[in-house]
Amino acid sequence: MTDLAEFPVSPRAAIGLSALRRIRSAFSGLAPSVVVGSLLLLFWITCALFGNLFVPYDPYAEDFLAMLTPPDALHRFGTDQLGRDVLSRIVVGSRDILVVAPLATLAGVAAGSIIGLVLGYFDGLVDAIGARLLDTLMAFPFIVLVTMTLVAIGPSKLTVVLVIGIAYAPLVARTVRAAVREQKQRDYVSAARLGGEGSLAIMFLEILPNIRETILIELITRLGYAFFSIATLSFLGLGIQPPSADWGLAVADGYGFLTGGKWWVVVFNSGAIVSLVMAANLIAQGIGAFENGDG
Amino acid sequence: MVSGRILSTRVGTLLLTLWLVSILVFFAGQVLPGDVGRVMLGPFADAQAVAELNRRLGADQPVLVQYWRWFSKAVTGDFGTSLSTGAPVAPFVLESLKRSAALAGIILVFLVPLGVGAGVVAGLNAGRVIDRLIVMAGVSFGIVPDFVSGLMLLIVFGLWLNWFPISGVAPDDAGFWTNGYYLILPALPLVLNLAGYIARMTRAGVIEAMAADYTRTAVLKGLDRREIIFRHVLRNALTPTIAVLATQTGYLLGGLVVIEALFGIQGLGNLVLNAAKARDFPMLEAGVLVMAAIFVLSAATGDLVLALLDPRQRRRTSS
Repeated sequence: MTDLAEFPVSPRAAIGLSALRRIRSAFSGLAPSVVVGSLLLLFWITCALFGNLFVPYDPYAEDFLAMLTPPDALHRFGTDQLGRDVLSRIVVGSRDILVVAPLATLAGVAAGSIIGLVLGYFDGLVDAIGARLLDTLMAFPFIVLVTMTLVAIGPSKLTVVLVIGIAYAPLVARTVRAAVREQKQRDYVSAARLGGEGSLAIMFLEILPNIRETILIELITRLGYAFFSIATLSFLGLGIQPPSADWGLAVADGYGFLTGGKWWVVVFNSGAIVSLVMAANLIAQGIGAFENGDG
Repeated sequence: MVSGRILSTRVGTLLLTLWLVSILVFFAGQVLPGDVGRVMLGPFADAQAVAELNRRLGADQPVLVQYWRWFSKAVTGDFGTSLSTGAPVAPFVLESLKRSAALAGIILVFLVPLGVGAGVVAGLNAGRVIDRLIVMAGVSFGIVPDFVSGLMLLIVFGLWLNWFPISGVAPDDAGFWTNGYYLILPALPLVLNLAGYIARMTRAGVIEAMAADYTRTAVLKGLDRREIIFRHVLRNALTPTIAVLATQTGYLLGGLVVIEALFGIQGLGNLVLNAAKARDFPMLEAGVLVMAAIFVLSAATGDLVLALLDPRQRRRTSS
């Protein structure tokens, strides 16, 4: 698991070529990890969309006569410190993270791809300065960068999207830059150049389609990291804010009651987080994102 | 030998990166809402007093002037005084750094043998059941967020089995071993998280080295299998692992923020988190700079070690 290090230059560019083919065969040949991951993801998406229709209790209804009751026949997963049903809250708790994480991933991968394309395409000064700036950004431990920015502009769903996007952009840019540099040596790029195409056209119309597998793998892998990071931010109180039923928030709330033997809030919500992170990683694994020891 | 030129370019880029980080943090600090004087005196303070304090602190000056003031002091090791406690920042940061270093030390003590060992075993048995198990376990542990694995370990080993204390802070008069004992539970989440990645890199290195010509030559020469593995395969296979270890320091530092919050350790991670939350800007800047320094230093050390081990890397390092 790494957020900051893709060392040495990622071999994804090389393995990317066959990834699309692998995705296709994965779905036709039903690669087990992709299927399990997709089903798990689908399950949580369904919960997020329609969960409020089938939850046993109102997830936000407080019951001061049933605070922190252990799991029993009435409350399968027990109740939290305000007497809210833990099971019902977990079902609808996927809502925020399932909106924020994909948006943040998309923002980061889009920005990173554009930066990587430009840096990889233009050698010399642009690349030298850009690469140094990327190194500087990556010299920030990820959480620190995020903490500073979130505190500065105040935590909200939009800021989490922006901050995770900013944090991921250099990482994506580095992978894309390596892929672009490799593609640039190919004949089709020289041909396009001789044919009089402008730099922009070559970057976005010629090279970009050829590195789409690299970007796709990056997208799915980063989504897993985004679930991971956003849950962590919620836990630290810097991400999604109450009264959301978000799992990370619930774990942070339940944490204080652990020493009293009240484990259920923490354990069930942690399980939900793990299952979601696992879903994204199973899909990523199924399409070969972790090959060559990278990832 | 690493040539002096490579060393000096490395040190140069290192200082340049640190300088850029300091600028970045400083200007990020300017975005922090509310003015410095208001933060220090509280919401009910007299507006005139706030303005007066801002003037005394130099917070009413242009950003560039402020940066120069901070910078010219910082290079001499004076990072100013904390806005929340009024005490000098530097000793506090140093104390926190010591606590984090102790935790990081324990992490490495467990991480390196576990990650490298598992990777070597997996690589030598590539394709077999034991290899699959190691890779799967590594990936599984690697994707669990640190705070989740930390909490699970805390519940199982701290609360149910009572094997370890649930706080990461030993009593004041505790000795070396007791301190270490208190840090084992906090260290484990990051060990588990990173071991799989290190094992995967080691495994890839071992597989590559096993397939290399020099290994075939050694086998054909009739060398003992043990000798081949230790003298030929591992020496070559561990090079990428060392590079990975160096770059994982950044992840480790980030992980410390979560783990220190979870186990109540007043280390560098907690310092940065709390300074950010309290908008204690001098503290934040010093803490982040120290973290960035550790990160670039370890990356540079990794490069140098690589250059020492592998002559082919030298040209790459200097470019």
